[in-house]
Amino acid sequence: MDELRILSPTAILGYGFPLASFQAGLERSPHVIAVDAGSTDPGPYYLGSGQSFTQRSAVKRDLRHLIEAALTRNIPLVIGSAGGSGAKPHVEWNLAIVEEVLAELGKTARLAVIYSDIDRQLVAEKLKKDQVQPLGPIAQLTEEEIFASTNLVAQMGLEPIMEALQEGAEIILAGRAYDPTAFAALPVLKGYDLALALHLGKILECAAIAANPGSGSDCLMGYLYKDSFVLEALNPQRECTRISIAAHTLYEKSNPYFLPGPGGRLDLTKTVFEQLPGGKVRVSGTTFTPTDGYFVKLEGARLIGYRTISIAGVRDPIMIGQIDEVIAGVKERVEDNFQELQDYQLHVHCYGKNGVMGALEPHPEPGHELGLVIEAVASTQEVADTICSFARSTLLHYGYPGRKSTAGNLAFPYSPSDVSAGAVYKFNVHHLMQIEDPKSLFPIKMGRSGL
Amino acid sequence: MRYVKDVALVIRSKNAGPYELTFDLMFPDEESYDEVRQSITKAKIAQLYQIEESEVLSLVHFAPAHAIKITIVRPRASGDLGETDVYGAQQHAPLFDLTY
Repeated sequence: MDELRILSPTAILGYGFPLASFQAGLERSPHVIAVDAGSTDPGPYYLGSGQSFTQRSAVKRDLRHLIEAALTRNIPLVIGSAGGSGAKPHVEWNLAIVEEVLAELGKTARLAVIYSDIDRQLVAEKLKKDQVQPLGPIAQLTEEEIFASTNLVAQMGLEPIMEALQEGAEIILAGRAYDPTAFAALPVLKGYDLALALHLGKILECAAIAANPGSGSDCLMGYLYKDSFVLEALNPQRECTRISIAAHTLYEKSNPYFLPGPGGRLDLTKTVFEQLPGGKVRVSGTTFTPTDGYFVKLEGARLIGYRTISIAGVRDPIMIGQIDEVIAGVKERVEDNFQELQDYQLHVHCYGKNGVMGALEPHPEPGHELGLVIEAVASTQEVADTICSFARSTLLHYGYPGRKSTAGNLAFPYSPSDVSAGAVYKFNVHHLMQIEDPKSLFPIKMGRSGL
Repeated sequence: MRYVKDVALVIRSKNAGPYELTFDLMFPDEESYDEVRQSITKAKIAQLYQIEESEVLSLVHFAPAHAIKITIVRPRASGDLGETDVYGAQQHAPLFDLTY
């Protein structure tokens, strides 16, 4: 094969795509359809709770088109980071949708499910052996945090997905996977250059975000050759430009020249981006440097409590002029009133002053009106409800110096004014772990599914 | 003295993983990119965001996209208590005050 074609329908499974773009992609006879479903961007709740950040009906809509096209054309469909975070509950959620779609299409498929949940005991042993290290500006992992995580996954590399393809899987549903792997597994299996396949995957995983104008819900086509790859937007309203493709390498990364992943890192110092006619871009020169030892990225999140919020506006200029003192006074009253309750956090976001940037805000001067979000997080929902409610009523009637508006300090848009927002998680594992076998941590379940 | 915002095509912020915040400044051509990049320093960024210079983790010039990339330590891990911007997508505004 001297050209391998990869169709990336959308940036995240469930974000959707125009059927015209998808059809245009199919007309180019792709060898594989691949899609990434994952991101840590929506925050720790989704990994921690096992919930997907995409909606079931939107994911099902996308999958119906992808599965039908892949099975009709007899090409594999590879889904990475199933359910958004790729832990077992996410994978099972996504699997149920795949099975439902197959049943509705009246088709069967050879299905591979790859899990990425990591045994906590293994991580603890690796930690003792000094084979775990922090990734970024964070503390070293502790045994307590390992066992406190509600879900703990590792990003798989290419190897488990390549094995599933080799076994003849028609649909591959992978747990947490390094983003480019869903796209790069087939070409690497076919002998294409690893660095180019991974770099192409890195761009395709965000689909048309890398085009101009960018979109997270439109398709992108990748053409891989022996010594380069080419990208093409499939919607006539978009095009790939040298700048849009090069710039995409910056997106959500800290350094565009070195992109680390399982087993090594991509090196873009010699990469050449070249504009081709027809809104296409050719990329070449990227190399891959293997690391000394094979490292995977661990991701974990733990439960830290329950949240209740109340939203209110302030328009009184005298109160706005001393908002910091008023909020501090309310916090003091709450603390004094509930001395027996230690296990809570009370925070007031102050929109119109520094609600978006907090301590990073260089201009914390308040505007003529403020939006407040009173937020209580506590070890139980009941305590969070109590603290939020008490802070809200205290703030409503708080007497500050020079007050003229003695009937009430807050404008509530809603009744009830308080919302119990449920469980709160935090990321507590973001570390590299050295492993011996890139496949053994990621068990593959193969079977015939549908009908 | 001129404002970077008057010449930049893109000024944006985003999480680079849950523990880092990354800023991209992109320019329309090599000339403007070359002109601006000389005068953007870690010290200037630290001053703008009122953080220590050591918290500015990297400042990289990326010629293929006429871009300057700056990465700082996130004030807290994404979604931790006190969070104001889970995606980190609205932390770029102080860069509008940047001059060269």
